[in-house]
Amino acid sequence: MQFLFKTSYRDDLRLLPKTGEKIRVGIAALFLLSAPLILHEYYLAELGLMLAYAIAGIGLMILTGFTGQVSFGHAAFLGIGAYAHTYFLSQGVPFSVSILAATMISALLGMMIGRSSSKMHGFYLAIATLAFGILIETVFGEWYAVTGGHAGIAVPALSVFGIRFSETWQHYYLDLVIMAAVVWGAANLFRSPTGRAFVAVRDSELSARCLGVNVEWVKIQAFGVSAAVTGLAGALLAHHLTYLAPETFGVLESLKLMLMIVVGGLGSILGAVFGAVFISLLPVAISFLKDVLPPAIGQTAGLEPLLFGLLIVFVIVFEPLGLYGRWMKVRFFFETFPYYRKSSFVRQKTYLKTDRLR
Amino acid sequence: MNDKRLSVRNLSIDFGGVRAVDDVSFDVEPGETFAIIGPNGAGKSTLFNLISRLYQPTGGSISYGNQDLLKLKAHQIVHAGIGRTFQNIELFDHATVLENLLVGRHALMGRNLFAHFGFLPSVRRSEVAHRQKVEDIIDLMEIAQYRDEKIADLPYGARKYVELARALCAEPSLLLLDEPASGLNNEETDDVSFWLDDIKHELGVTLLMVEHDMNLVGRVAEKVMAVSDGRLLTIGTPEEVRSNADVQRAYLGVGS
Repeated sequence: MQFLFKTSYRDDLRLLPKTGEKIRVGIAALFLLSAPLILHEYYLAELGLMLAYAIAGIGLMILTGFTGQVSFGHAAFLGIGAYAHTYFLSQGVPFSVSILAATMISALLGMMIGRSSSKMHGFYLAIATLAFGILIETVFGEWYAVTGGHAGIAVPALSVFGIRFSETWQHYYLDLVIMAAVVWGAANLFRSPTGRAFVAVRDSELSARCLGVNVEWVKIQAFGVSAAVTGLAGALLAHHLTYLAPETFGVLESLKLMLMIVVGGLGSILGAVFGAVFISLLPVAISFLKDVLPPAIGQTAGLEPLLFGLLIVFVIVFEPLGLYGRWMKVRFFFETFPYYRKSSFVRQKTYLKTDRLR
Repeated sequence: MNDKRLSVRNLSIDFGGVRAVDDVSFDVEPGETFAIIGPNGAGKSTLFNLISRLYQPTGGSISYGNQDLLKLKAHQIVHAGIGRTFQNIELFDHATVLENLLVGRHALMGRNLFAHFGFLPSVRRSEVAHRQKVEDIIDLMEIAQYRDEKIADLPYGARKYVELARALCAEPSLLLLDEPASGLNNEETDDVSFWLDDIKHELGVTLLMVEHDMNLVGRVAEKVMAVSDGRLLTIGTPEEVRSNADVQRAYLGVGS
């Protein structure tokens, strides 16, 4: 176990204070950078898709995990980013301008939702965002001039700064660079006043307000940032899908994003990334299971949703902190070996909250 | 250094048919320690919530210095120099003590989202500067051992100190303390009384507190106001208030 010896306030501002973290992040970065040399083209494309989902996960994590605002319609922002980007590209707008514009549009719509829902809590917010998701999906289906309606729309070929990105590895590196920037930016956000205000609103709106946090504005900001990041992910996703249809951005996709951050572990950026890995690997695992299991079970329709649901239940019951929480425990086990006990992570209730001013 | 007076004039608020605060007027002079006492449900916390603008009064006025507080919103009150604590501790449970205290300085920090996203050098400098101020408060309140603990892991007493420290981080000139000693044992209550003295003399903060512990009130307060059923009973020194017939009746019932 490493004890940090801090000698300056700047030590607490470092993103990766521990040596172990630096090494692990270094290994992950090395793997991601050299993936095109190691992986088969098919898996490389899958990895790129996973990175796009990780960005979307971080987007939702900022809103739900850090600001405590539930959104069951987040696929709408994914769709807004994807459709806007596709539309601009097909109008001949260059990639860099188009992706920025798509992000901005998504952010503006997010801020509008944040404005109208800034006084809502819990269930009401969940229902409102769900309704928004359904509404936007309908718009995608009906607005033929821009979205191509239910027939869908083809995404123009990827070309950045006039260079055609026809190879999978070029596409992959584009995803990687943007994902790295988003992770870095999100990590920065939560070591600065804005991110702390988000967390403050999550934990106690009342005292945040009395400390000078404009709670309504923070919610608008959180929705805006979250929608921007999710919209950016949507624009990247469009290039993986190559063909957009409204159903892609429906309620099920919103649920998938929600499951991603719950399974990954609410309240951490790494959790969103873990969730994306999980969501991407699950179909692979399920298709593998299908071959192994006897055909009577393996070929049954609805095996995927069943396994999906079961896993979610298990995670919520046995590991509420998700994969990130499990990872912390495993790490703690090795760091403190052989002193880890079952109760090492059990949180004692030191006192119970009673009547809170609501 | 601190010359602002809090004036409350004819303040009233109705909740449905209940008049929780009824025509209350009082002044808190700069540098003073002013205590509000009264039986449960007398309207003490309601008064605090009115001053911090969480409630909208039905009538009356509140001003601090030359500032009309009724023109401000709840999140702007801290800019006027008024900080507060809560009766049922309201900390950010899943953040560390340090992060809680830094949120305490939110009102004094930059708001540029894009600068924060890139963590520009100016943000880094400002974080270090604010950290230094926070460390001063940590020293004053002697909570250095809890600095990196999550609030959820702290015992009740420590949370109480952290909440007081967080309120101080905003550098208020008037501090509203809602039962600073509730739930604390005798020793901890003694500590609180010393801290209140420190806060008053070292930082020059005016203190307005709601408190049930008459020992603590007698020790730190210069002026006491007794309220009952939303109405003001009397204002005076602790001894005067303690011997006031109306106050005794409010606490002990008619005929005592």
